[in-house]
Amino acid sequence: MPNLSLPTGLLAELTYRCPLQCPYCYNPLELTKADKDLDTAAWLSVFEQAADLGVLHVHLSGGEPTLRPDLEELVACLANRGVYTNLITAAVNISKERLQGLKDVGLNHVQISFQSLDKDRADNLSQYKGGLAKKIEAAKWLREIGLPLTVNVPFHRNNLDELDGIIDMSVDLGAHRIEIAQVQYYGWALLNRAALMPTREQVAEAMEIADAAKKKYLGILNIDHVITDYYAKYPKPCMGGWGAEIINITPDGRVMPCHAAGTIPGLEFDRVPDTPLKQIWEMSSAFQKFRGFDWMVEPCRSCDRKEIDFGGCRCQAMALTGDAAQADPACTLSPHHERMRDMAVEEAAVEGGEVPFTYRKIGSLGDGV
Amino acid sequence: MDVQTTRVIISSAVRPKLRPYVHMRRDDLRGNWVLLSPERIMTLDEVARAILKLCDGKQSVDEIAVNLAKAFQAPKDVIEADVTEFLQELADQLLID
Repeated sequence: MPNLSLPTGLLAELTYRCPLQCPYCYNPLELTKADKDLDTAAWLSVFEQAADLGVLHVHLSGGEPTLRPDLEELVACLANRGVYTNLITAAVNISKERLQGLKDVGLNHVQISFQSLDKDRADNLSQYKGGLAKKIEAAKWLREIGLPLTVNVPFHRNNLDELDGIIDMSVDLGAHRIEIAQVQYYGWALLNRAALMPTREQVAEAMEIADAAKKKYLGILNIDHVITDYYAKYPKPCMGGWGAEIINITPDGRVMPCHAAGTIPGLEFDRVPDTPLKQIWEMSSAFQKFRGFDWMVEPCRSCDRKEIDFGGCRCQAMALTGDAAQADPACTLSPHHERMRDMAVEEAAVEGGEVPFTYRKIGSLGDGV
Repeated sequence: MDVQTTRVIISSAVRPKLRPYVHMRRDDLRGNWVLLSPERIMTLDEVARAILKLCDGKQSVDEIAVNLAKAFQAPKDVIEADVTEFLQELADQLLID
């Protein structure tokens, strides 16, 4: 059995409800309804167990986590245990008073997602009118209150032309950090890939802009830039390795090694609070499945990078090769890599706007669950 | 919180302290100290912990180096160069000011 580490981070998807309908949402296509959401007592129990297990960071996410009226109680519980809390929000339905209240009970950091600096583009991408102004207002409140802000911007071919402007805006807003998150293709983003995929030229230009900004804003703004896997040379070290650092919990309490793990057929996910979190982390079949290196096939098995990137992402291998144990095709060493890149180049060649989006919505695909 | 427009440069006279949103805590399960900040966990070794313990906003880098030179029985100028380099890295990651 591979060496068992302690988990450092927990992504808590508190609800799938969200006022926005971004077509690149990383949430699964089958979004459970609010009546399945874990109640307050269940989350409090999970967070206590997570702290006992060694979790240091909890990311309160969704959907839109501020739709939960018990958010303050959950933050207070985590703060009490010395766990660092990160609120990941669209920030279109939160007041200054509530943000202050969350800080007062111990919230440490807020991440606000932006779609675009162009009002019409932002409205169109999120299918929500007037969101941009609300987000900017919330960012200013954070500065007044004294909570650090991460500006998170998913980039794709329809907004990559805004990159330098958005970095400058982040500095003006007094942000701590910007996450330039070129869209990765899972969930709704995979469904909308043809409408989102940037060109190779766009990605190359973005790298130049981000690198220049890192120098210009050294010690002023932390800049994290992740390019789309489709144009990468090596895969990302997804989740720091399967079942090695991160726990993801869905609104209805399914515990997963990654937020997209539900797309891998045959994996069964135990639930909290019915099953203790420690037992799930240490022994559940889903967490054991790709832990360590024994599951690997070539070219990963004998690769000297296997302890650097762990063969990349299992969910992407599944989506693009039909076998979750294959090397992530984002890797140039994968026999599927060329096909992946050709697909990206081909899809990106369509002018933006010509491919319609399928917007994120609960119950819009199939029967819902 | 004011908008920061310039990089913090660590020099002898600077009196460094952790930024208010950075938490230094003991991690009993792993048996070490950690620095928690937005999206970032830094494990602190003994030396890093010793330096940051002295970053209280009152002592200057010069004074911190004198203290550490005594504690580790090493030449002060060598210690100060190491401390300055380490703190500059942390300043550039917006962890101290």
